[in-house]
Amino acid sequence: MWSFSKIADFIHEFLGSYLNSTWTMIAEMVIAGVAVIGLFALLGLVLVIMERKVSAWIQIRLGPNRVGPKGMLQSLADTLKLLVKEAMTPGGADKFLFNLAPYIAMIVAMLLMAPIAFAKDFQLWDLNIGVLYITAVSSISVISILMAGWASNNKYSLLGAMRSGAQIVSYELSAGLAILTIIIFTGDLQVSEIIKSQADGWWIFKGHVPAIVAFIIFIIAVTAETNRAPFDLAEAESELTAGFHTEYSGMKFALFFLAEYVNVFIVCAIGATLFLGGWMPLHIGHWTGFNHVMDYIPSSMWFFGKTFFLIFVIMWFRWTFPRLRIDQLLNLEWKYLLPLSMLNILLATAIAILGWHF
Amino acid sequence: MTNEELKSRITALNPGATYEEGGEWLNVVVSPDSWASLAASLRNEKDLDFNYMFCLTCVDWKTHLTMVYHLFSFTHKHTIVVKAKLDTKQPVIGTVCDIWRTAEFLEREVYEMFGVHFDKHPDLRLLILPDGWEGKNPLRKDFEDPINMIRL
Amino acid sequence: MFEEIGTNAEGDMMINMGPQHPATHGVLHLVITLNGETIKKVDPHLGYIHRSIEKMCESLTYRQFIYVTSRMDYLSAHINNHACAMCVEKGMQIEVPGRAQYIRVIMDELTRIASHELWWGAMSMDLGAFTPFFHSFRERETINDIMEETCGARLTMNYMVPGGVMNDIHPNFQRRVKEFIQLYKRKIHEYDELITGNVIFQNRMKGVGVLTAEQVISYGCTGPVARGSGVSCDVRKWWPYEVYDKVEFNEVIETGGDSFARYLIRMKEMDQSIRIIEQLIDNIPDGDFQAKTKAVLKLPKGEFYSKVETARGELGVYIVSEGGTTPYRIKFRSPGFSNLSILHDMAKGGKIGDLIASMGTLDLVIPDIDR
Repeated sequence: MWSFSKIADFIHEFLGSYLNSTWTMIAEMVIAGVAVIGLFALLGLVLVIMERKVSAWIQIRLGPNRVGPKGMLQSLADTLKLLVKEAMTPGGADKFLFNLAPYIAMIVAMLLMAPIAFAKDFQLWDLNIGVLYITAVSSISVISILMAGWASNNKYSLLGAMRSGAQIVSYELSAGLAILTIIIFTGDLQVSEIIKSQADGWWIFKGHVPAIVAFIIFIIAVTAETNRAPFDLAEAESELTAGFHTEYSGMKFALFFLAEYVNVFIVCAIGATLFLGGWMPLHIGHWTGFNHVMDYIPSSMWFFGKTFFLIFVIMWFRWTFPRLRIDQLLNLEWKYLLPLSMLNILLATAIAILGWHF
Repeated sequence: MTNEELKSRITALNPGATYEEGGEWLNVVVSPDSWASLAASLRNEKDLDFNYMFCLTCVDWKTHLTMVYHLFSFTHKHTIVVKAKLDTKQPVIGTVCDIWRTAEFLEREVYEMFGVHFDKHPDLRLLILPDGWEGKNPLRKDFEDPINMIRL
Repeated sequence: MFEEIGTNAEGDMMINMGPQHPATHGVLHLVITLNGETIKKVDPHLGYIHRSIEKMCESLTYRQFIYVTSRMDYLSAHINNHACAMCVEKGMQIEVPGRAQYIRVIMDELTRIASHELWWGAMSMDLGAFTPFFHSFRERETINDIMEETCGARLTMNYMVPGGVMNDIHPNFQRRVKEFIQLYKRKIHEYDELITGNVIFQNRMKGVGVLTAEQVISYGCTGPVARGSGVSCDVRKWWPYEVYDKVEFNEVIETGGDSFARYLIRMKEMDQSIRIIEQLIDNIPDGDFQAKTKAVLKLPKGEFYSKVETARGELGVYIVSEGGTTPYRIKFRSPGFSNLSILHDMAKGGKIGDLIASMGTLDLVIPDIDR
């Protein structure tokens, strides 16, 4: 059957027959790098058009419908516009940090691509502390926002950056604890192992109540971590005009924009991997017949299907809810989500020790 | 209170007050000096209790300016109009913005549009007009702006 | 004006909100003194859309000046025109025919609904929810279509003239208004499902921007802002004009005084407006739509004051006449101006987010404030 792993193996053998092992490795790295950048750009285009179509659907309107068939090339045209726009740097800004910030945001998003399993045996780097790596690297993104807000020398940007700092640091905790719940069940930090452990059912079904609670907390926390509405206080355009990227224009703004969407994709991919089995098809215990039928759907379809479903849910939030206030946002985390996730961890540990999960 | 009762009540408070006939409501004309003290009693006396100032404006009569205050009482449901004649050259009258808070902005508007100075106003600045318009009062009849004014 | 922006002596941050800012709905400029995110002072700088309408009106005749007033509170253009027409009628002692009175009241109430619909969308947008705006515009468009058919315009209608209305209603008018009432009743529950019952929304609104009844009266606030604090001040009830004394409707009053009370007032007011229209739409009497008036209107010497209830509160028109064809002095007591003056008291001590939320419930229309 056609699969991504066969392509990867074919490329590996093809290169191996012409080059020695070191050069094969280097060539593969270059290919992987180009592929990630390509995926990055593609995801940006797809997610932007998806967001606009989803919002249009929720808001009883048509959405973009002029460029290309059904407006599908709209985001391409937008990218072109942003590319030819002048990238201005304000006079009072710290030029070095101001220009550096969008690249950090993008680099963080790219780094996070590494341990994600896009399909069966199709993963850039299956390191043995995959989940730890993800939580560690994703917290760097706050630096780019703080940097952008501080270097812009604009009060709106500064307020936005400070809000964002408080917000991301707080919600990291809940997201981390929610991830930890699944680690307790699997006993492994490696992404491929976590997926394999879901071969007889996804954790959201196997993990009893703690997994469901953890999943809900995870979705709330990552929505906040990616600065998406209803937690978009860092941008809060009705309060802070555009928050930390008020002063950015042209491609530098586009990089922030792109990084936001790629971050959404990544957190949804992580959510899909941990709770919904990643590329693992829907398997139910020992129903071998059923499981066999499910295996006919390619693993990449499963992965992208789950991820895009979660992305849709997060977009749905954005176009339905009003925004929280900064103190309410922090109250929600420190007074409700954090104690709840700690209790949840206790419960999960008890269930894991007693072996009550399936 | 009826207009007649109001008349006698206000005359008791301010013997110098005169009354104009015509108009929908009772028109009281007072001197600018006595206005601030009369205003306080109009607001604070239990049987008058004019708690709602619904209009504050000024009219330029070329020979003099007239401040016009429209007052209403939500408790007693009576309305009066108080007027005070001011000098065109040096228009000064006491502020009432500590009695009716709405007067703070309305007086600032009259200050910039008519050049009336409100004594003891805490923050008498331009409100609507941009900086540099002090002294030029657009709603005075002698104001001329050859570029922007419409003449039909 | 701009030199003072920076950091003041006490180390508080001062920021410009506006004149171009997504939450000020126009060109309102607020200079805000902040301690962190807590507001210490709000200082409005007005005049970015000041056209000196009062001065313009002094050189326009009594028939002409009404058209300028559509540009003040453009969301209740009909009601502005109505107030001016009423003031001229008062001075000329013109008896308005019954048919015109009915049409005027129906138009006023449709305008009120349209204005509240827009406010609902815009206020939700202030709170970060974008979708309500489109949902409210769905119904508002229907009202605009009705207006367009009868008045020929969608925003600045200029339909009310001294002595009645400019033209008779379109033959489709009654049918389409009834269709709108049906549509409204079908859709209004979506508003509550989308926003009113939302936990985040209620947390943002309840207990925020609390105003007491004394404050509200002292600041001269009217309309939903005053009624949200328990002050009964509806001009339609206190000083009924046209046929408001013949129809049954309730003056909506809430006693909370917070943003949520003001929100509920406007939502319930829309229902009351529908109720008024329902009572009138089938009973429009036959007859003239305009009283016979002279070609040139001359008000007698004197002073005339008329007030109406716009969507934002009490609009007063004060005309001083010298007996000529143009007003000697005209003053518009606009509801937005008084409602804005309470903003500092309302926002002091709150967060920036609270300022936006409570400013949204004041329903400010900037051309109405600047005039």
